[in-house]
Amino acid sequence: MDNSENLNLSKSAKVRTARILPLKLKDVSYEIEGMRLIKDLSVEFSSSSLTILLGPNGAGKSLLLRLCHGLIEPSRGTVEWGGNENASARRYQAMVFQRPVMLKRSVFANLDHSLKHRGIKKAERIYKIEEILKHTGLTRLANVPARRLSVGEQQRLAVARAWCLDPEVLFLDEPTAALDPAATHSLEKIIDEIKKAGTKIIMSTQDLGQAKRLADEVLFLYRGRLLERADANQFFDQPENDLAQSFMRGELLWWNRQELKPPEELNKRKGI
Amino acid sequence: MEIGGAFASAFALVVNFESDLVEIVSLSLQVSFLAVGFASLIGLPIGASLAIFKFPGRTFIIVILNAMMGLPPVVIGLIVYLILSRSGPLGTLGLLYSPTAMVIAQVCLITPIIAALTRQSTEDLWHEYSEHLRSLGIGPWQSVNTLLWDNRFSLITAVLAGFGRASAEVGAVMIVGGNIDHVTRVMTTAIALETSKGDLALALGLGIILLALALSVNAAAFLINESAMKRYG
Repeated sequence: MDNSENLNLSKSAKVRTARILPLKLKDVSYEIEGMRLIKDLSVEFSSSSLTILLGPNGAGKSLLLRLCHGLIEPSRGTVEWGGNENASARRYQAMVFQRPVMLKRSVFANLDHSLKHRGIKKAERIYKIEEILKHTGLTRLANVPARRLSVGEQQRLAVARAWCLDPEVLFLDEPTAALDPAATHSLEKIIDEIKKAGTKIIMSTQDLGQAKRLADEVLFLYRGRLLERADANQFFDQPENDLAQSFMRGELLWWNRQELKPPEELNKRKGI
Repeated sequence: MEIGGAFASAFALVVNFESDLVEIVSLSLQVSFLAVGFASLIGLPIGASLAIFKFPGRTFIIVILNAMMGLPPVVIGLIVYLILSRSGPLGTLGLLYSPTAMVIAQVCLITPIIAALTRQSTEDLWHEYSEHLRSLGIGPWQSVNTLLWDNRFSLITAVLAGFGRASAEVGAVMIVGGNIDHVTRVMTTAIALETSKGDLALALGLGIILLALALSVNAAAFLINESAMKRYG
């Protein structure tokens, strides 16, 4: 058995056979108690690139990730994997949450739990776990209770736990939000390695520097709407959408779209 | 008998493993352990399922279950008595005034305690785990296994709470057991009887053992939780 192939931990970029991609969202809306939090959103993800979801708080980034991953059902519209509403698609996806969920077990047992539920045999599980611990720098912590790790180590374990499932698509919900720069750097290296191994990554972040470092393409969301989708270089050079431009400038006037127009425009409208 | 003398005689009975006392303690432990075993088999899955599954009437069941934690033992005893008495639905089994009847009464008494405590602690863990487990594609029934395992130390506390209640309970076992010497006499019923007879030495001896048992159960629950917190956070 070629274990490195099986683990998909190769450092060189590679293209894997699509099992569940493309992921298509068609006119997806999500409502809670009459409030539409995601509005008629249509988007398709196909390549094994890294897509960054950008937008202010409340834009719907985390909701979009959960909708894609199937943790919540859309109120309207459809989420399709590989051209159909594929019930087995979950097997080929994984998700890492902003606040890492650590089982009350050791680091090793946390990884083993996920693999066991995928029906992987013990010998293969042990091999995979040892490899993934090595790749994520967690080998010396294998027997430590996961909840006693630092936040950075916990998040690294959460990413390792998702990676060891060899997902075709990996969703990351602001994985470095609570981390210091060193831990962020360490996690970004792992994320880059996962991308190079051919995994499609869809990740939300508030960190523009991180988005610039990692993104191949950017989706800009605002109040549940997808306002812009662009190649990362193009987006960071000059976003087309005015709200995206303001967001990139760090402006905070999000509540009234009119206020975001240049002052001359406002003055003209007011007849000044 | 003076109280001081009664204490001295009581300690002598305990230290010398007096046969009557040993027989009573042994039956008490047998009945309580069996009751806790059966109540755990019923209460743990019920509690964990209530924590995970959402269905119409769930809140009502939780309220009832919580209320049942404070059920008066004599009422349980009376209900079990009516069921097991000759004219009751299970009268033909002839279980009344037997240790089995006492086990049944105690199971009825402590199952709600174990189920309610399990539901509370498991629900907290489920809130933490649910997205991760659903993300892995783990179904609700498999989630019950994961939750029960990861919550095992809190559940031991719930089971010990049930054991404490069972071993200290007097009303229900008195009604369905009848406090028959060498057959259904347990610590609590014996204490009640011996006190009314004025044999304070045996009553106090049994009281000392019962207190030691309650103390041990609580100490064990505390130590298990402390050790689990240190090991698993």
